[in-house]
Amino acid sequence: MVVTWRDRRLIEALADGLPLAARPYAELGRMAGMDEDEVIERIQAMIAKGIITRFGVIVRHHELGYRANAMVVWDIPDDDVARVGEAMADFPFVTLCYRRVRRPPLWPYNLFCMIHGRERETVLEQVEQVARGCGLENARRDILFSLRRFKQRGAIYRRDWPALELAAGTGG
Amino acid sequence: MTDLIDPVDRAIINDLQSGFPICSQPYAEAAARLGIGEDALLERLRHMLDRGVLTRFGPLYHAERLGGGLTLAALEAPEERFEAVAAVVNAFPEVAHNYRREHRLNMWFVVATETPERIAEVLAAISERTGLKVFNVPKIEEFYIGLRLDL
Repeated sequence: MVVTWRDRRLIEALADGLPLAARPYAELGRMAGMDEDEVIERIQAMIAKGIITRFGVIVRHHELGYRANAMVVWDIPDDDVARVGEAMADFPFVTLCYRRVRRPPLWPYNLFCMIHGRERETVLEQVEQVARGCGLENARRDILFSLRRFKQRGAIYRRDWPALELAAGTGG
Repeated sequence: MTDLIDPVDRAIINDLQSGFPICSQPYAEAAARLGIGEDALLERLRHMLDRGVLTRFGPLYHAERLGGGLTLAALEAPEERFEAVAAVVNAFPEVAHNYRREHRLNMWFVVATETPERIAEVLAAISERTGLKVFNVPKIEEFYIGLRLDL
């Protein structure tokens, strides 16, 4: 059991976000049937365990003018991918970086990173910066800009749970 | 569209994408850090939520650490029935995000399920109902999941 039933009650109370009130954790506690101290401890514990990856504002990239959303994929030798992934994650404009399973021949790529930018040209220049910075000038790569967003919502984790906002593999 | 937000909003977004205080009066603490009043911060957050600049204010969860399954998958939807395929894929409640992208594999979607085992079943059902091969590219290792955007 990763989360207890009391954590679950708290997660349900948090489904609509943190209340915009002077003492939001006390308010959440009233909704979940626990006191403010317990709410604070449980949220801190979930952050410490990595169950909550981030706690704060969640922006809508597109509405803020970040319309150039690129999934940049690379074919990196398996014995070098950890080094490259770590190096790639250091670029401030890289918002996600994962190693994934390859599906050759159509999909030979094993390293994915996301770059969100206002202009396509800026993003393309940033891809070049990553390639130079990580020594990947000759690596096979592809840039998949998003053309249209069909669906973006809090993902369902359990049918009887509220839709939760997940740190998913691609987005924006 | 950045004129949707002024420099104070921008400072709020940059500062509060992570590390929001978990203490009795967090907005007061965060506001002090930003050099504005607590009421002003609450008012601005409310306003940005109302205008849809912010999706929400709160936690972002790690699906697998919550005990669930999560993957990224893609398929090659023929142009002439792209819309129909998108409708089939989006109808699955387990499909969280779906983007059209520039590639032969032109549809990319995130699937989140109650259990890790259920991922394979959902992908098989998507393949069956669309008549298309689904490419599952699960994560092997995470290097960065910050999802931060510096404005």
